[in-house]
Amino acid sequence: MSHRHFQDDLDKLNGSLIRMAGLAETAVKTAVEALTTRSRDIAYEVIDQDGGIDAAEMEIDDHAVNLLALQQPMARDLRLITIAMKIANDLERVGDHAVNIAETVIYMVQGAHFPVLPEIEEMARISTNMLSVALDSFIRGDAVMARTVIKRDDRVDELHANNFRILLTHMMEDPRRIGAGMDLLLVSGNLERIADLATNISEDVVYLVEGRSIKHRSADRRDREIGDAANALPSVEAAPSADRAD
Amino acid sequence: MSDAIRNPAGPIELEARDLSVLYGETRALKYVSLSIPDRKVVAFIGPSGCGKSTLLRCFNRMNDLIPDVKIEGEALFQGRNLYGAGVDAVDVRRRIGMVFQKPNPFPKSIYDNVVFGPKINGYKGDFGELVERSLRQAALWDEVKDRLQSNALALSGGQQQRLCIARALAVEPEVLLMDEPASALDPIATQKIEDLIYELKQDYTVVIVTHNMQQAARVSDHTAFLYMGEVIEYGPTNELFTNPREERTEAYITGRFG
Repeated sequence: MSHRHFQDDLDKLNGSLIRMAGLAETAVKTAVEALTTRSRDIAYEVIDQDGGIDAAEMEIDDHAVNLLALQQPMARDLRLITIAMKIANDLERVGDHAVNIAETVIYMVQGAHFPVLPEIEEMARISTNMLSVALDSFIRGDAVMARTVIKRDDRVDELHANNFRILLTHMMEDPRRIGAGMDLLLVSGNLERIADLATNISEDVVYLVEGRSIKHRSADRRDREIGDAANALPSVEAAPSADRAD
Repeated sequence: MSDAIRNPAGPIELEARDLSVLYGETRALKYVSLSIPDRKVVAFIGPSGCGKSTLLRCFNRMNDLIPDVKIEGEALFQGRNLYGAGVDAVDVRRRIGMVFQKPNPFPKSIYDNVVFGPKINGYKGDFGELVERSLRQAALWDEVKDRLQSNALALSGGQQQRLCIARALAVEPEVLLMDEPASALDPIATQKIEDLIYELKQDYTVVIVTHNMQQAARVSDHTAFLYMGEVIEYGPTNELFTNPREERTEAYITGRFG
């Protein structure tokens, strides 16, 4: 049971977080679009809107600290406020990685054309999807959905390792490709980090809903814990939330 | 003035100017100056004996009733000194109501408790309407509407306190002073009072004394921290509790003394 005006404040915090999530998700999708279409204009869009994400992080932090100091939140309310600060921080990093990708695109389009590896496109698809589903799971308070995200992270890590190997081979074969190869490797690294942050957000959602932390578990134990729940759902790409209407 | 005293902007309802209260030789309140804005909730916090209740009571001349008390300086209500010549203490107390720590309903019916003040003041309107409005404002109506003639002492402690608030509101004051209004109540009743305070500031200026810091944090817009008869710090509640300017405030709110 909480005070009426405290409940209003919590709803406001939740709303700010959902708005910030929308900004960060758009930033990543726009950066990936800039990459696949080799568009400087689209890349600049990403850079221009990053200030909005930074401002949202500060606003959420400030609001959360005030609620902690003034309302002595307990139980789920307390978990919501603490993870709001973490998710805001993660989303701010997501925005920065989107900017990094956009900056790399601006640099890349000046150089010789080097096709974007299909592996990078797959990574971009999975990472943006993980982020969308992680944010959906937060909005819906759905721990089962959050767990499906965590399971996908291994695939992204694997793709990143592949990209490293493939790009290294290209660069060794033809030193003129080193510049472009390094750029793509940076993009791959940023996408890998975005997937990690989506995983963090999902772990926080599980903590919010269930009150227990599933971070830093051994791979075996984690798979056992998330396995059943995640297998009960269709794969992430097929999930209905993959193309969010909102 | 020290930068630890940040008087709020906007219309001022109550103000203390160099206000001191002496009990015999003891100066319980020392040259206090602060202003209380219209239709906001202001909380006074501080350890026992810091002068917070003494300051509150200056604003409706409750200290007059204590022998050997001497007031220096000014306490202003809407710009007028409450202790000036020709000011009627009874009129002051009608316009500036007070609710005390322990619920103190009269040993009469719920209805009679609410109409008591208005009757004395010669209220000419509809008493039934006045009772309903006052009880609704105090968030008590739904619980007592079917038993207005029952004895008020049969109510629970929390209900009695809300009845006292209804009784204070019935005379249509402009300010409500509350001296530890929830300290004798359980957590559920306390929450009802706190929700009520939040609602009341739509129409009234509320000043609350509490030794429960969390309560001050939850309900107030501005908070004054008093210590040994002085205002150590006064400012917006969120700033005072997240980033106080005075070390003594920080020590008190973090539980390091007092």
